[in-house]
Amino acid sequence: MHAVLTICKREINAFFDSLTAYVLLVLFLGLSGTFTWLFGQGDIFFVGQASLDTFFQVAFWTLFFFIPAVTMGMIAEERRSGTLELLATKPLDDMEIVAGKWLAAWLLVAVALLFTLPYYITVAQLGPIDHGATLSGYLGLLLVSAVYVSIGLFASSLTRNQIVAFLLSLFLAVFLHLLFGQMAVVLPGALADVASFLDLQGHFQTMARGVMDAASLLYVVSLTLIGLLAATVSLKSRSWS
Amino acid sequence: MGITASNLTKRYGDQAAVDGVSFEMSTGEVLGFLGPNGAGKTTTMRLLTCYLEPTAGTATLDGYDIHDHPEAVRRRIGYLPENAPLYTDMPVIEYLRLSARLQAVPPATIDNRIQTMMDVCGLGRERHKRIGELSKGYRQRVGLAQALLHDPPVLILDEPTTGLDPNQIVEIRELIKEIGQEKTVMLSSHILKEVEMTCDRILIINQGEVVADAATEELRQQFRGGAQLRVAVQAPDDTDVPAALASLRGVASVDGSEGTYTLSATGAAPPAAEVFRLCADRDWVLTELTPVESSLEDVFRELTETPETPPDAAPSSDSPPATAPDEGRTGRHHS
Repeated sequence: MHAVLTICKREINAFFDSLTAYVLLVLFLGLSGTFTWLFGQGDIFFVGQASLDTFFQVAFWTLFFFIPAVTMGMIAEERRSGTLELLATKPLDDMEIVAGKWLAAWLLVAVALLFTLPYYITVAQLGPIDHGATLSGYLGLLLVSAVYVSIGLFASSLTRNQIVAFLLSLFLAVFLHLLFGQMAVVLPGALADVASFLDLQGHFQTMARGVMDAASLLYVVSLTLIGLLAATVSLKSRSWS
Repeated sequence: MGITASNLTKRYGDQAAVDGVSFEMSTGEVLGFLGPNGAGKTTTMRLLTCYLEPTAGTATLDGYDIHDHPEAVRRRIGYLPENAPLYTDMPVIEYLRLSARLQAVPPATIDNRIQTMMDVCGLGRERHKRIGELSKGYRQRVGLAQALLHDPPVLILDEPTTGLDPNQIVEIRELIKEIGQEKTVMLSSHILKEVEMTCDRILIINQGEVVADAATEELRQQFRGGAQLRVAVQAPDDTDVPAALASLRGVASVDGSEGTYTLSATGAAPPAAEVFRLCADRDWVLTELTPVESSLEDVFRELTETPETPPDAAPSSDSPPATAPDEGRTGRHHS
């Protein structure tokens, strides 16, 4: 645990020492802010309800692109520059390396979401907002982010090339984000049910409406753990021939 | 305790990067690990530091087995990988703090240890600079400092002096010698001079196999043939100098032309007196008469030289180890 926190701290420092964190935060807030408040068609004023649902939908998409950009270099760059060798020969398990990096990226997303709290305060001033649903929506974004961060880290662990890692994690995430949902529509019977359960967007929409059900929670946590495990195995695979 | 490796093997597909390497070394010994590029030095070190798992065989470091107690092994090792891969975006002191925490140095002693290591490695003035701004030599020192931070009983250094200028090389060499008095130090190099000067013992590896393992002095003795003399003479054009030299007592063979010759002696003593007398008798001008030391360089060449394309080798067995990362360079240097 101690090592996980040490690595997490170093990664967060690295985010904020370089421009990475600032550029990404500005991009995330700029994009989600524009679409939530200023876009006209479909923004909060257009919808005319005291609800952050518009923001949640926008953030769901922005994070889909934002997170792979955060995670793409986290392992790939260590592989490329050789620092992974120094890190992996310290007395820690590969799992701790992955966990530390996961925590750092997830916390950065949490910070980005924290900066949108003024949205909540503003909307709460404008009308009677559903506090429970808002909380559940934020939780939903954090949970979805947990999944995407772990997928992003897995993608980053497979290559030395950051761009490849970025595209790969988009490719993996788009199934959860979009494709399973589409499959649920076109596939017959039981397959549709499976696809519909795998569809992360469906689970997120439930949460954004204010319903936090156990199956969704279990699914999201499992996906995150699978991603972390896959990234760990991928790190360990350096020994395989 | 030191290091014991028994039959360490690492295969990538058909290609063995390390093939049955066994050796033992005890505390207080500095071992030089020599071999041409691509011989398997780095892979062996990666096996010992538990970065890679061996295909077969095992090793114990300071009494701990690399299979059973990889974390205990890594806690007892200070490792400097080739080219000192450090986080270039971090200031020196921050990087050392990170390393200390990851090496589980007790928090109360961290600042103290870092101060000591920066003094030892001469990093005091660079402490707040980012590692990326440092010259290669200073980076190497930071790498060494992080390897020594937790006071490990075993040090494994992969080419610790590459990229350093002559002064820095001497400094690092002295440092390693000093450290080696109480620790087990294994350092790899393809520079023979360096190993000759720093190490008590030499292990030569070629194409994944150990080809020599002996004390530095012993190795030099073992491969010292008969004494050799380098002779340069100015003689009239029509005289057959090589033949005259070859006819001298105690001369086994004569190589060379154009006035400079290398004589191999039959005995242990070079026939310098005979050569001098010959020149004096014939009124030739003797411009050089130097005994040639057989150096480790020769030993190294003899042990590791392989024909560029072995005539009987099937193409497949000669192809470079494409799957072996970082060791896949095929060019062999004998510098």
